[in-house]
Amino acid sequence: MSDRAKAEQRLGWKLAMPAFIVMVAVTGYPILQAIWNSFFSYRLTDPDNREFTGLSNYIVSLTDPVFWTSMKMTVLVTVFTVAVELVFGFIIALVMHRIVIPRRTLRTLVLIPYSIITVVSAFTWFFAFSVDTGFVNRWLEWLPFIEQDYNWFGGFWSSFFVISLSEIWKTTPFMSLLLLAGLAQVDGSMEEAAKVDGASWWQVLVKVILPNMKAAVMVALLFRTLDAFRIFDNIFIMTGGANDTTSLSVLIYRQTIDRTEIGLGSALSVILFLCVLGIAALFVKGFKVDLAQGRN
Amino acid sequence: MAQNAKGTGLWSLLAVPIMLWTIVPLLFMVALSLKSADTLADPDQNILGNFWPKDPTWENYELIFTGGASDLFTPALRNSLIVCLLSTLISVVLAMFCAYAISRLEFKGKRLILTTALAVSFFPVVAMVTPLFDVWRQIGLFDTIPGLIIPYLALTLPLSIWTMSAFFQQIPWEMEQAAQVDGASSWQAFRKVIVPLAAPGVFTTAIITFFTAWNDFVFAISLTSDRARTVPAALAFFTGASQFEQPTGAIMAAAVVVTIPVVILVLFFQRRIVAGLTSGAVKG
Repeated sequence: MSDRAKAEQRLGWKLAMPAFIVMVAVTGYPILQAIWNSFFSYRLTDPDNREFTGLSNYIVSLTDPVFWTSMKMTVLVTVFTVAVELVFGFIIALVMHRIVIPRRTLRTLVLIPYSIITVVSAFTWFFAFSVDTGFVNRWLEWLPFIEQDYNWFGGFWSSFFVISLSEIWKTTPFMSLLLLAGLAQVDGSMEEAAKVDGASWWQVLVKVILPNMKAAVMVALLFRTLDAFRIFDNIFIMTGGANDTTSLSVLIYRQTIDRTEIGLGSALSVILFLCVLGIAALFVKGFKVDLAQGRN
Repeated sequence: MAQNAKGTGLWSLLAVPIMLWTIVPLLFMVALSLKSADTLADPDQNILGNFWPKDPTWENYELIFTGGASDLFTPALRNSLIVCLLSTLISVVLAMFCAYAISRLEFKGKRLILTTALAVSFFPVVAMVTPLFDVWRQIGLFDTIPGLIIPYLALTLPLSIWTMSAFFQQIPWEMEQAAQVDGASSWQAFRKVIVPLAAPGVFTTAIITFFTAWNDFVFAISLTSDRARTVPAALAFFTGASQFEQPTGAIMAAAVVVTIPVVILVLFFQRRIVAGLTSGAVKG
């Protein structure tokens, strides 16, 4: 290696080092500590009786119905919100892509929910659906199953629906923006050629547009899925986990902060981390996305 | 041409429901913040199906700035601003050096840095809270400003590094050399040519970073108790702290106050944020 290349190598690391060290120091430690703690029976209120218990925290977690209820909620929320956001986000992206007249207004407006604090949007949707402060029941009274005093937070499915709506409202802009970037990459002349050949609108969409923006669709799906799987804020605000709406993140919070069961909470954290890693691996493998590619 | 015009009209028509879907919750936020305690409980004092108050009042805003809830809100607002601005500053400076090296220099371990950043951003925040909570209590960082800034760096650094690397890659660096050939010193070339080109990317990253820190709830509720509590966390604790039975109006007034600066940022920098978000995540 030439001196010049060596100097460049050194400079590169010197410049990149501080950020890398901070990142690893802040996150590396909690990750390792969480894994370590997960093998102990450890309550914060009773630190002297900390005891190595092997895999017992994992066995307790995985055999407890509470864990599976929260797993069910987490998976349901993830699948439902991401699916709706994909369709909805794609429609919005198409409109943003094609529209001429209120183009800037639309783009700005669409972006606003994304910039709103999740807790704030959770409160807004909560109050909108509440019996006393809300308007939703009054606006939807013409629907057969809705009355003025219908309590949306009284059961699992209706709570699930409102939680998902607030999540969808807040994060669809993110999905739309990524898909919009993908749409911009599609070569317009190919669409024209397909139309000239007599392809219908649907055929152009499925055969030309979608395959050409595959990368954007995958990245958008991946990021949203990973994010949705860690849902916490909306549930914490709206139901606090009542009616079986506890997600994995909420369950971990309850165990570690409220009940100070550090050992059990850590085991749950590790399980959640493994789930997220698994999802990422599935996406990367299944869709053959190389996220680091093209950055070197 | 005629067909194109017709198609455009159709798309504009579709924009209407999208705009309504976006704007109705925002308007409701404002509406709630303008309702008195009586109005909140009594639909007859509202119009449009319990949506907008007949008699808007500023009392909730007075409550959070000068009244009973001000002890909770004003310090939280101050904490939020300090913590988010400082974490943004530190994160952007560190990420700037890192991203410059990644996009500009040839060195081993680039991929390692990018992969680590990605893995870190996939790590569930709640899972990091447990050990941090534990250690922060032992070393006295619990409920302090630095105790929030440090974890926020973990949230924002990966995002900043990726977004800025993407931006920096688009800069035509040959211009710097051209300037040097023309007789400018390295420093002059850097300041006059590179800084103006890199500034928008750095700026966009700063905004996205600020949003991320501003939005955090999990770290804020678990790593603070009252001295360093930020706005999102304070909102969740309004119920117990306010002497008023129904803190709904106060919560929403606080929500509107913290939303305004962010919405202004979006209105001003809409184009850049869009460019930043899309190049940060899709260009891969």
